[in-house]
Amino acid sequence: MSKVLMKGNEAVAKAAINAGCRLYFAYPITPQSELIEYMAKMMPTVGGTFLQAESEVAAINMVYGAAGAGKRVMTSSSSPGISLKAEGMSYLAGAQLPCVIINVQRGGPGLGDIQPAQGDYFQATKGGGHGDYRLIVLAPSSVQEFADMASEAFDLADKYRNPVMILADGMLGQMMEPVDFKPAKTDQEIEAMGHQHESWCIHPNQDGDLKHHHEINSLEIDPVVLEKHVTKLYEKYAQIEANETRHELYNINDDNEILVVAFGTASRVVRSAVDELNAEGKNIGLFRPITVWPYPYEELAKCIGPRVKQVYVFELNTGQMVEDVKIAVNGKVPVNFWGRVGGMVFTPEQIKEKLQACF
Amino acid sequence: MEVIATRPKSLRDVPFTYCPGCTHGIAHRLIAESIDEHGLINKMAGVAPVGCSVFAYKFFNFDMAEAAHGRAPAVATGIKRARPDMHVFTYQGDGDLAAIGTAEIVHAANRGEHISVFFVNNAIYGMTGGQMAPTTLPDMKTTTSPYGRKVDDIGYPIRVCELLDTLVAPYYIERVSLLSGPDIIKAKKAVSKAIQYNKEGRGFTFIEFVSTCPTNWGIEPVKALVWAKENMLPFYKPGVFRDKGAPE
Ligand SMILES: Cc1ncc(C[n+]2csc(CCOP(=O)(O)OP(=O)(O)O)c2C)c(N)n1
Ligand code: SF4
Ligand SMILES: [Mg+2]
Repeated sequence: MSKVLMKGNEAVAKAAINAGCRLYFAYPITPQSELIEYMAKMMPTVGGTFLQAESEVAAINMVYGAAGAGKRVMTSSSSPGISLKAEGMSYLAGAQLPCVIINVQRGGPGLGDIQPAQGDYFQATKGGGHGDYRLIVLAPSSVQEFADMASEAFDLADKYRNPVMILADGMLGQMMEPVDFKPAKTDQEIEAMGHQHESWCIHPNQDGDLKHHHEINSLEIDPVVLEKHVTKLYEKYAQIEANETRHELYNINDDNEILVVAFGTASRVVRSAVDELNAEGKNIGLFRPITVWPYPYEELAKCIGPRVKQVYVFELNTGQMVEDVKIAVNGKVPVNFWGRVGGMVFTPEQIKEKLQACF
Repeated sequence: MEVIATRPKSLRDVPFTYCPGCTHGIAHRLIAESIDEHGLINKMAGVAPVGCSVFAYKFFNFDMAEAAHGRAPAVATGIKRARPDMHVFTYQGDGDLAAIGTAEIVHAANRGEHISVFFVNNAIYGMTGGQMAPTTLPDMKTTTSPYGRKVDDIGYPIRVCELLDTLVAPYYIERVSLLSGPDIIKAKKAVSKAIQYNKEGRGFTFIEFVSTCPTNWGIEPVKALVWAKENMLPFYKPGVFRDKGAPE
């Protein structure tokens, strides 16, 4: 198929529909509004449900209902709205409901601004809602990858019965790039997918068995039972950690002098700087986590070659992922951090300057 | 021996967790009987709230979801939109529906969402031990209004049927009482009508039950019924607020 020039927000929405998402609930917020608007326009054309909810709280609870009914369902928002979804995300994880949540991050805290930022890393990867749970979190760095992640997110959600978040930012949402779309699932494929969760989800009781009774629930009042439930979740998370980390290596070799780590939009700016410095005779490797939960700790540790003097982390926040990098590096070499915040994005020149100072 | 009353098929053989004399059990039974009568047990899904009826997801004999506090109408919306061939209801207390979940109920009603809502108004937060609810009567004492509800400070109780009746979309809104035998017979008719409209896909239906909470009111069950008749019914007047299906 030929490539289409599209904004990230629209591309991911189109890809979600292609992946068989037929229910979408959300509340408008910049910089993700093109996403909700695309869904408003396109969902009715494929016989799907688009509903503009009264709040992000309501939207995520509609997702809880639709996911509980076993159907592919998605919501999207930007940072302040994701905070409102935190309660629902905890319930979704507790009740083990598959769904996709997109965060097109903006500057915070509070109302912040509407420019790109990565300040929700902690919220996405370390909780956000209450209780002991994990979301699978994918961090795209191009419009193409943002779109590809829609179907991957739904597949992971279905496979593990767990909510999956795509952690993008205002830059990716707004920017236009050429995208290749995977073929759309047919109505028959979607219908077949709709049956995959019937061992536990809400659905009509076709054979009229009077014992039929499914519960979509996160409440376990007996601590003995709740401990078992949380342990089961923990075992599931361990399996996800073992099998589902994703990352990208760029110029990683045994002669690397510096190892740079960055994710999402930030990694693109960093890559330009790394290219320029390597052309000037330096040897810098770039490690980009694609899943930020589960975090690719071991894969990152393996990239610290014999000549690496230090690891440098660049983020559009005051230093959040750097904590995971430190866990991976485990004191082997010093870990440095620099970031910009408030919706300000660093330039390749600024990154170059920071890296040059290391030599 | 002739069996004249038995457990409705729509109720599972699980003991209720309610206090003796609590009206929640009556409301459950009316709903279950109506679902049986309309032959909907295999196409029904319910949403339980957070409150004393939090375990309702265990009691009804079809698929159930347990919602976060106040969010049942949004959860029901998600289920109904995902499974339009099913019939969906929520069961909610007054703290759940009229305080923390005010936005969700108003907007589900305003969308004319094709669900039934069963609203148990006992003028108090039962589950958490008797705190003030948005429906607590003026001057009524609760653990968080120990000097009585002061309306100058905290406002008047909310009459939810009247509030929802200002919206265009709802199909059927009725307030009933669970305070006496004859009232319960009337309540049953209302519940059955709501389920029937639900079956026929008519739109949003809402039944409020004027109820008691003997435990947290600190009044024994029979006296609680009398107290409620004298104090609740004058403020929460039973009646049909809206019935778009009624013969002209
Ligand atoms: C977000 C949240 N806030 C508070 C609570 C605590 N809580 C549980 S039940 C309840 C009140 C329920 O009262 P009501 O809805 O009137 O039901 P009743 O028990 O009277 O039937 C509260 C405040 C909670 N579970 N979740
Ligand atoms: S506390 Fe009140 S509402 Fe709750 S079960 Fe007991 S009597 Fe019923
Ligand atoms: Mg109550």
